[in-house]
Amino acid sequence: METLEHRIAEVDPLVRGYLSRDFDSALELAKKADVSLPLGGVPVAIKDVINVLGEPCTCASKILAGYRAPYDATVITKLRAAGAIPYGRTNMDEFAMGSSTENSSFHATRNPWDTTRIPGGSSGGSAAVVAADEAFAALGSDTGGSIRQPAALCGVVGLKPTYGRVSRFGLVAFASSLDQIGPFTKTVRDSGLLLNVISGRDPRDSTSLDNPVPDYTAKLGQDLKGVKIGMPREYFIEGLDPGVDHAVRAAIRQYESLGAEIVEISLPHTDHAVGVYYIIATAEASANLARFDGVRYGHRAANTTGLLDHYGRTRAEGFGQEVKRRIILGTYVLSSGYYDAYYLTAQKVRTLIRNDFTTAFEKVDAIVCPTTAEPAFKIGERSNDPLKMYLADIFTIATNLAGICGMSIPCGFANVGDRKFPIGLQLLGKPFDEANLLKIAHAYEQSTPWHKQRPQLP
Amino acid sequence: MNSDFDVRYTAQLARLTLSEEEIEKFQSQLSQVLKYVEKLREVDTTGVEPTAHTNPIYNVFREDESRDWLTAEQALANAPRQANGLFVVTKVIE
Repeated sequence: METLEHRIAEVDPLVRGYLSRDFDSALELAKKADVSLPLGGVPVAIKDVINVLGEPCTCASKILAGYRAPYDATVITKLRAAGAIPYGRTNMDEFAMGSSTENSSFHATRNPWDTTRIPGGSSGGSAAVVAADEAFAALGSDTGGSIRQPAALCGVVGLKPTYGRVSRFGLVAFASSLDQIGPFTKTVRDSGLLLNVISGRDPRDSTSLDNPVPDYTAKLGQDLKGVKIGMPREYFIEGLDPGVDHAVRAAIRQYESLGAEIVEISLPHTDHAVGVYYIIATAEASANLARFDGVRYGHRAANTTGLLDHYGRTRAEGFGQEVKRRIILGTYVLSSGYYDAYYLTAQKVRTLIRNDFTTAFEKVDAIVCPTTAEPAFKIGERSNDPLKMYLADIFTIATNLAGICGMSIPCGFANVGDRKFPIGLQLLGKPFDEANLLKIAHAYEQSTPWHKQRPQLP
Repeated sequence: MNSDFDVRYTAQLARLTLSEEEIEKFQSQLSQVLKYVEKLREVDTTGVEPTAHTNPIYNVFREDESRDWLTAEQALANAPRQANGLFVVTKVIE
């Protein structure tokens, strides 16, 4: 614990990945740790959207400043049972709404590979602290790419499990039909070890399913003979950064040399995923965020003159710009007279997007594509252009709409001047097929040097 | 339908008191976003069932027995104002 805290004290003033840490409590837990358990004594950083008993859970929002979690989320209960120590609350875009961690109400997190650039988001703090060796592993949440996109931009492994694989109990809800909790790690094996611990049916989350939880590390090391990997033509588009295009195509050749068969596939509704997402996710968010009313917890406006004034001012003072923007959009698409035109249409196109994947997975075992179209952009570059920011998630969003699993693993670097920026390879798998997805990721990882590279920080 | 988009009215529905500056900014930014999402109308969705959830949703039952959960004290611990074991709010009844 002391070595880790020393590293954080040295590096975090540059990276700014953490919002808070309780060193004394973690040290007490470490002293009592049972190292015979699967994660015995391992500190795990937690995105500030997951409740850990007695700790802050601000969602990087002023509306939850001062809030202390009165219970553990199920994933935290499971981590503790496996011997892990939840340590440190990581920064994020407010209520997980964003792709750069610039929307935090407290401060921006910086990319450890270049501190003038964004780490991705919304789980940017979790990705950055793992990349900067300020954490062994971290948990994040992924609604439209919020684990995979920052993992790609920070050069670490990020896994979004199948919807229903991991309990959402104790995760502050953004879009309930899309949200999943998942791990950030330095290696694919670690990702499997964490997934082993956090998976499974939870009676307190009716959307978690009771599919068996296999040992997710059991298939690691198996060869890829007979494995079919789909390359979706819609993901290799104009506008793809040449460095990204080069690295991902090289990774695909690497898969061929490992014995996998590459099959060109089509996901014809890809182009509509961002539009569907910004209707469904904002609609669900506008309902979920109605609970922040200044009555039971969180910020409350002073000297209000009645109920509407109390709600209106409490929420206006507590929420940041992006959250307000999305509440307005979500409220509008659900409002009387517009529901059919926006929300219902989006739900129907969601079916078509999901069908695209079902059809593809009849032919292939997994899908390979870029995680992002470009490497990390500069802090502030897109803050005033929400639509451009929304398009940062163009390759990750369809996964959540389809409910399948996906991950991002390092696959090389793009060179800009004398700096290099990590590139992520995205692998998508069938529902509840994480074991094979991890096997496919592991084979690539072990045959390439990328996961051993670290950013140069003091 | 885009021309009907009214941030001021929608903000009232959402219980958000926005500043004039925010209303103006969101009106322009979100009109752009709505224009973008209107591309969805090009998709032929005839006969397509909507997806609300990707997994089968079914009722989950348990025995109707009381279980330990937060005490009243714990539930009130984060309240901005409380008294006599209750949440205190501004006067809402005339």
